[in-house]
Amino acid sequence: MKLKVNGKVHEIDSEPDTPLLWVLRDIIGLTGTKFGCGVALCGACTVHVGGEPRRSCILPVSMVGDADVLTIEAVGGTPVGKAVQDAWLKVEVVQCGYCQAGQIMQAAALLTANPAPDDGAIDRAMSGNICRCGTYPRIRAAIHAAAKQGAV
Amino acid sequence: MATHELDRRSFVAVCLAGTAGLALGFPLGEGNQALAAEAAFRPNAILAIGSDGAITATVPYAEMGQGAMTSIAMLVAEELEVAPGMVKTVLAPGENKLYAHPVLAEQITGGSASLRGSWAPIRKAAASARIMMIEAAARQWGVKAGDCTLADGRVVHAASKRSASFGDLALAASKMPVPADPPIKTGGFKVIGTSAPRVDAAAKVDGSALFGLDVRLPGMVYAAVQASPVIGGKLAGVDPKPALAVGGVTQVVTLPNAVAVVGRHTGAARKGLAAIQPQWEGGLSSLSTADLVSKADAALAQKGATAYTKGDVAKAFAGAASTFEADYRMPMLAHAAMEPLNCTVEVRNGACEIWVGSQVPGRARIDVAKALGLGEDQVKVNSYLIGGGFGRRLQSEWIVQAALIARDVKAPVKVVWSREEDTRQDAYRYHNHSRVKVALDAQGNPVAFDHRVVAPAIMQWFLPSLLWKDGVDLDATNAASGPYEFPNLLVDYVRNDPPEGLLVGNWRGVGETRNGFVVETVMDQLAARAGVDPVAYRRRLLPPNSRIMTLLDRLARESGWGSPLPAGTARGIAIQSGFGSHMGLVAQVRMDAGKVRVERMTAVIDCGIAVNPNVVRQQIEGGLLFGLTATLYSNITIKDGRVVQSNFHDNPVVRMVNTPKIDVVIIDSKEDPGGVGEPGTAIVAPAIVNAVFAATGKPLHELPLPPSMVERV
Repeated sequence: MKLKVNGKVHEIDSEPDTPLLWVLRDIIGLTGTKFGCGVALCGACTVHVGGEPRRSCILPVSMVGDADVLTIEAVGGTPVGKAVQDAWLKVEVVQCGYCQAGQIMQAAALLTANPAPDDGAIDRAMSGNICRCGTYPRIRAAIHAAAKQGAV
Repeated sequence: MATHELDRRSFVAVCLAGTAGLALGFPLGEGNQALAAEAAFRPNAILAIGSDGAITATVPYAEMGQGAMTSIAMLVAEELEVAPGMVKTVLAPGENKLYAHPVLAEQITGGSASLRGSWAPIRKAAASARIMMIEAAARQWGVKAGDCTLADGRVVHAASKRSASFGDLALAASKMPVPADPPIKTGGFKVIGTSAPRVDAAAKVDGSALFGLDVRLPGMVYAAVQASPVIGGKLAGVDPKPALAVGGVTQVVTLPNAVAVVGRHTGAARKGLAAIQPQWEGGLSSLSTADLVSKADAALAQKGATAYTKGDVAKAFAGAASTFEADYRMPMLAHAAMEPLNCTVEVRNGACEIWVGSQVPGRARIDVAKALGLGEDQVKVNSYLIGGGFGRRLQSEWIVQAALIARDVKAPVKVVWSREEDTRQDAYRYHNHSRVKVALDAQGNPVAFDHRVVAPAIMQWFLPSLLWKDGVDLDATNAASGPYEFPNLLVDYVRNDPPEGLLVGNWRGVGETRNGFVVETVMDQLAARAGVDPVAYRRRLLPPNSRIMTLLDRLARESGWGSPLPAGTARGIAIQSGFGSHMGLVAQVRMDAGKVRVERMTAVIDCGIAVNPNVVRQQIEGGLLFGLTATLYSNITIKDGRVVQSNFHDNPVVRMVNTPKIDVVIIDSKEDPGGVGEPGTAIVAPAIVNAVFAATGKPLHELPLPPSMVERV
């Protein structure tokens, strides 16, 4: 089957029910998207499918169809993604960094839908993404910073 | 006995606080021929300078978010007079001979000791390079070495306006004598003390950072694994056919206590594993948490080995105006790092190569060599970033498991644990119980403090030479009397190991976490009995003019201690000295229909010189939230010999929506750096429990908080 990821079409040889996460990571080789729980409880595997944030660990690759898949490796090519990544660096969000790809993809989706979220909106959008290093206060601050930057 | 007390204190001084005067931890000059070949100038196992001028520092620690790569780059940059961004960092392979922690004497990342171990040795490693480059330049120019300085990656002789780049000098410098004990800066720091950007941030933001999970090798395959769900059980049998019928599955591997399904990608391997029904036998099939709690309770009644003692406790109790007694219970905890355990291994032609993120890569190498019947030199361990360690990766049994699977696979294989496996096969923080008895005078001041610590003997096998002495686990009993001066004191230790097969280990905050909860909540109960404010009560018992006293006063000020609070809210305080630092926290909680909501946390830390204040803040913020999860939720339980919890739905963690407002204050200090990775975690539970006590008048002696008081998110 064909899969369009970050603007490039890949010919994929896998079972149709293989979660998109493993197709991205093991077959295509885009390892920025992470595995955390396997059941959509932690958000580490978040990517955009057709512009929407999706948990790739439970999304069968066959369900993607001809929608565009966008991952952490290419989100910086969008104005929102770039603003979010810049804010992440400015606020010094990351510690271990493992969950941050998912956090950034989730935040970029939030800011695309709502360019000026308040704390409540941020909490609602981001609370499906777990960080065990406890970077939540900085993620919140970075989302505000990215929103303020106006690039979104 | 006094000697033991001294030993303990000297351990604290050497291992947890001091670094000055330590032997240089990283080999200089000799023994590095193999490494030397890679760069024009390699004065020691840490530093390399290429003829292109590139400066590379080999980080002898794991990077699991604590900022080791950044602080090592900063220490090197300080002595070489360059910006930290000019120092490229690479993670050291598993090699105890070259990269042993100067105090822990092994390549271990734990105990919040990375920076403390590096503070002098890494700067000396860089200083030797500085001296050798200056010497090379001075000889070329026929000038005095003492007249040369470093600036912007060059050696400069100002008087003759000559300069040469590090790259141009690298080869000549490599031929200079290696200084035995190079002097390092004692002040006037340009890099140390600044919030230089983390060197690992950019790659972690654009997805290019490589964790163990991200290793890719030509021809590699992927494995999903399940070990016996019954603790200590064995694999009785398994029909591999349903797995082999799954597209992409290539092989089923069995181990004595586990089964692994191998496939072309992890998705196939996981689907294959889900398709089979392994049969298990034996193990602790009737074990329950209630059994383990009863056993720990029974241990509370036994007399333990004396950890430390002072004065005459029995006499003080006999003459006491009143006494206080309480038993404490702390549950089993999982680490629940975001990156599930994973390890890539290739076994070929009598050699084994491993790609992994480990807190003990040198030990993993030895363990794998032993398991495979190979020599240590035939095992190579390549280090990768770790997506959260918290102590779990101080064990290497999972690396051995991956190696045993790989032995049966004719390709490099990446073994990836599911979240369920990561939760159910953890090396848990074990049940910890305590019994505290306090003798009080007529004013309610303690005249004797008696703390019985019931804990597993982890240090007997983990670090016996440093932290196991005369039948006492020096970690479990560390900080068991807090920072206070009690006229009469007894801490004894009753060893309480888990049943064979149940793996336990170190968990972020270690002994300080268990003892901080006990000691600091006792203090608030004593203060309440005496009718004295908790801050004022603590002040009576702290050494005057001490760092911890200064910290307490600062914390009271920063948190607005004593100022009016909104209705329904209360504050709780806790302080602790540990990991070479001093830490305090005021937690503000709101009681809402019987539920505890933590609204605000004000933390103050005295960690000596804050090498990178931003990283210190990160570690405190993160440590606090890690401890908050444990305080509110964490409780790993066993039923019918199986761990009940499996994933984040039944082993919940703090999320953004229940993250309180956090303020971190760093006390300005000229003391040597202390650890910052664990103090934040250790301080949370007592501050929150004390706030709940202040709000309700009801002391709590168990963790986590009763489920009835906690809102699930």
